[in-house]
Amino acid sequence: MERRENRMRRFLLFSRGLIDEALQQIGELPDKKYGGVGIATMTKNCHNDYKMKFSVDEEFPDLSLHNNHMAKVLTKEIYGKLRGKSTPSGFTVDDVIQTGVDNPGHPFIMTVGCVAGDEESYEVFKDLLDPIISDRHGGYKPTDKHKTDLNFENLKGGDDLDPNYVLSSRVRTGRSIKGFTLPPHNSRGERRGIEKLSIEALASLDGEFKGKYYPLNGMTEAEQDLLIKDHFLFDKPVSPLLTCAGMARDWPDGRGIWHNNNKTFLVWVNEEDHLRVISMQLGGNMKEVFKRFCTGLQKIEEIFKKHNHGFMWNEHLGYILTCPSNLGTGLRGGVHVKLPKLSTHAKFEEILTRLRLQKRGTGGVDTASVGGVFDISNADRLGSSEVAQVQLVVDGVKLMVEMEKKLEKGESIDGMIPAQK
Amino acid sequence: MNRSLIEIVLVFYFEAKPFLPVTSCVSPCVLTSLGFNGSPPLSFQQRRFTPPSTCHSPPCDTGNKTLFLYFFSTTPLRTPTRKMASSFSRMLSSKQRIGVLSFVGGSLTAGMLFQRERVSGGAPVRRSYPASAEYPDLRKHNNCMASHLTPAIYAKLCDKATPNGYTLDLAIQTGVDNPGHPFIKTVGMVAGDEESYEVFGDLLDPVIKERHNGYDPRTMKHPTDLDASKIHSANFDPRYVLSSRVRTGRSIRGLSLPPACTRAERREVERVVVDALAGLKDDLQGKYYSLTQMTDQEQQQLIDDHFLFDKPVSPLLTCAGMARDWPDARGIWHNNEKTFLVWVNEEDHTRVISMEKGGNMKRVFERFCKGLKEVEHLIQEKGWEFMWNERLGYILTCPSNLGTGLRAGVHVKLPLLSKDPRLNKILDNLRLQKRGTGGVDTAAVGGIFDISNLDRLGLSEVHLVQTVVDGVNYLIECEKRLEKGQDIKHSSAPRTQLDPRLEPLPACPILRLALPLIPVW
Repeated sequence: MERRENRMRRFLLFSRGLIDEALQQIGELPDKKYGGVGIATMTKNCHNDYKMKFSVDEEFPDLSLHNNHMAKVLTKEIYGKLRGKSTPSGFTVDDVIQTGVDNPGHPFIMTVGCVAGDEESYEVFKDLLDPIISDRHGGYKPTDKHKTDLNFENLKGGDDLDPNYVLSSRVRTGRSIKGFTLPPHNSRGERRGIEKLSIEALASLDGEFKGKYYPLNGMTEAEQDLLIKDHFLFDKPVSPLLTCAGMARDWPDGRGIWHNNNKTFLVWVNEEDHLRVISMQLGGNMKEVFKRFCTGLQKIEEIFKKHNHGFMWNEHLGYILTCPSNLGTGLRGGVHVKLPKLSTHAKFEEILTRLRLQKRGTGGVDTASVGGVFDISNADRLGSSEVAQVQLVVDGVKLMVEMEKKLEKGESIDGMIPAQK
Repeated sequence: MNRSLIEIVLVFYFEAKPFLPVTSCVSPCVLTSLGFNGSPPLSFQQRRFTPPSTCHSPPCDTGNKTLFLYFFSTTPLRTPTRKMASSFSRMLSSKQRIGVLSFVGGSLTAGMLFQRERVSGGAPVRRSYPASAEYPDLRKHNNCMASHLTPAIYAKLCDKATPNGYTLDLAIQTGVDNPGHPFIKTVGMVAGDEESYEVFGDLLDPVIKERHNGYDPRTMKHPTDLDASKIHSANFDPRYVLSSRVRTGRSIRGLSLPPACTRAERREVERVVVDALAGLKDDLQGKYYSLTQMTDQEQQQLIDDHFLFDKPVSPLLTCAGMARDWPDARGIWHNNEKTFLVWVNEEDHTRVISMEKGGNMKRVFERFCKGLKEVEHLIQEKGWEFMWNERLGYILTCPSNLGTGLRAGVHVKLPLLSKDPRLNKILDNLRLQKRGTGGVDTAAVGGIFDISNLDRLGLSEVHLVQTVVDGVNYLIECEKRLEKGQDIKHSSAPRTQLDPRLEPLPACPILRLALPLIPVW
């Protein structure tokens, strides 16, 4: 009886081994040779496969009350065509549009309503994203090429903005690191990888760019107060536009702020994009701000390239960022300028549109202006170079300050209204 | 040859205990060895007919006889589910493999395969980083998930997914994003579908045990009892009790839960539930108001009746993904008398509420049970059923609502007792909790409390409602004594009948001793 039992047990083990091997061959079990999970080139997005069992009609979102770019472009045909696809990291069209479905938008303010999860999203979901990009960026065609120009010497003027009116100048952009997925999709491990890489890269800067990194998770109270005072600290996003896209997950893990000792050059890590690079100073010397911006960016890019993780960039879309509205340069160059009289003028909005500028309150996007002080910055992102966009800001603000001075003297500015740029 | 095969089978059942197969996987075995090859994409109609799923199988050691019977049991050969489609049909798609494996014995195969995990998960999740790099930083967290998610458990479960593709990272996201409060310990995780409770059992079982006061899902069974006739003394003094309410949740088997459901699934839940509710008669006859198609007038009426629910703003819910695609496929159904209410696709598939003004808890509970039974009957006619299993009771999204999912409560005016510092201890020992009249996380106004049961799992509905009834009667008595100027020390508290398997409540040894004593403290 015992021998028979042993025989049975051995037989069971043997057959189990056979089955294991069979499963390995089909790919159900991880490859023992490499350890851990099997190496696959495509992520199997099981949840998306499961969704494919439902029809397009059953899955298509109800966008009848929506007002955003995604809702205007998305049709059942496009949805049906794209729903079976996924990027190599497993990002699908439902992930792209989730923020737009959850946030119907405002009748007056047209948001984009979609995000990219990785660099390949812009390719895989071309049919949806190209029309959105075209709508948002003034008719930019899928065949257009974007020019990148970070040579600060090409900027003319910009150092003579009247400091009585222009309180501060600032240039910001974003950069994504190649080889990682973007904030809506990245995992904790990736986010930490990005943080680690960024810290290493930023630590190697010197001269006027020598600085320190403050992780959001490990900041002391004193450091936090100082950063708030300097208007450097960013907080967990509360806007549903961002939270519905999944950008606030695992907060504040992997997030932080780096700034140089002079407090004129600042990098946000893992907020809305991998890196947000900001150059700013009080006063109206936009030329200097832009010079520091370009120099700093180029230094950082060199270091990332050395680590084999350059920035995401291509000829058609320029610098790739999470939100399609920030493609191209991703640059917002602006000033805080005092325009109490001009802002109440009937033609203020028209002047801004013609100058290709936009206004915001001093608290940033979606805030009101306080005391007649506005944040004036470029409206374009894609289709023109960095130098061109900052040039528009410099020239436009100069003109508006002159208009303000004229209005103060009680003169009319009708003769100064510019043509559409 | 035949004899040795029988020997193998018998040895398997009587010797190879660790290889106990999950019973329902045996039925697919039977089918596959009969030559069933793969499955076409299933329409909703086919998918509904889920045979008794893995969840119905007892996880603990059953008699070998039972297993033997199950193997040859008449599990109805209904249309296969996606579970079978996912791993079995892929495995046995070639005739050669069928031959090889059926030689070894269909049940043996099942035993080997399912030793890994009780439920067949989806394909392994691709990770670019090892589990140690992905492990969340829970140092500042205070929730049940953070207390039990060790790096070892994370490493074990992070590669797994349920058949629908729901992963551990998705389940714990809400707990990672919401560190919690030093005083209030939230659960910190959700389930995306019924299978999550199996696939992520290594994490969910300890969480459930902590949250539900020692109930071990691996060894214990949950009793379900919806017989309202067993309730006694449930007609309260209307001078104290302003309103009575019983609520629970129900999930529809075969469809994912709110954190993971697709738009199509959510719409299907709405369709199934609304169809069923349309079949209710007499005092339960009512109307459905979809959130997307409500008129302003209807909306105002529902707000006035305090029936309308709004888009969740609590980050505990939004971080779990329950507010996606709002307000698509959400709605409210209530009967014409406004005493029976069903919320569709809010935090669970359905939330069923029975309420009325005054203190007639018995009638409220009777209506509750009657309504639930009729709704269950109506969905069963169409081939659907509620998610339920023996060890976890009714399956809901949040592990804190498992079991009965029942919260039976009253709004009671206790102005004098509310000022008594002993109130919290009294409530603890009565197994009750207090909330403000606005619901969870609100403060009491004017001495009016929402008093309801603390427990959900391990005790039946009847038991819980009776506990509330007894407790409220006692509190009213205390209030009356305080009104007369007497002290409440000598009034007789109900002996709270705890399930002896459960651990005693608070850690404080004094209170533990005080429990069986008549003076409550």
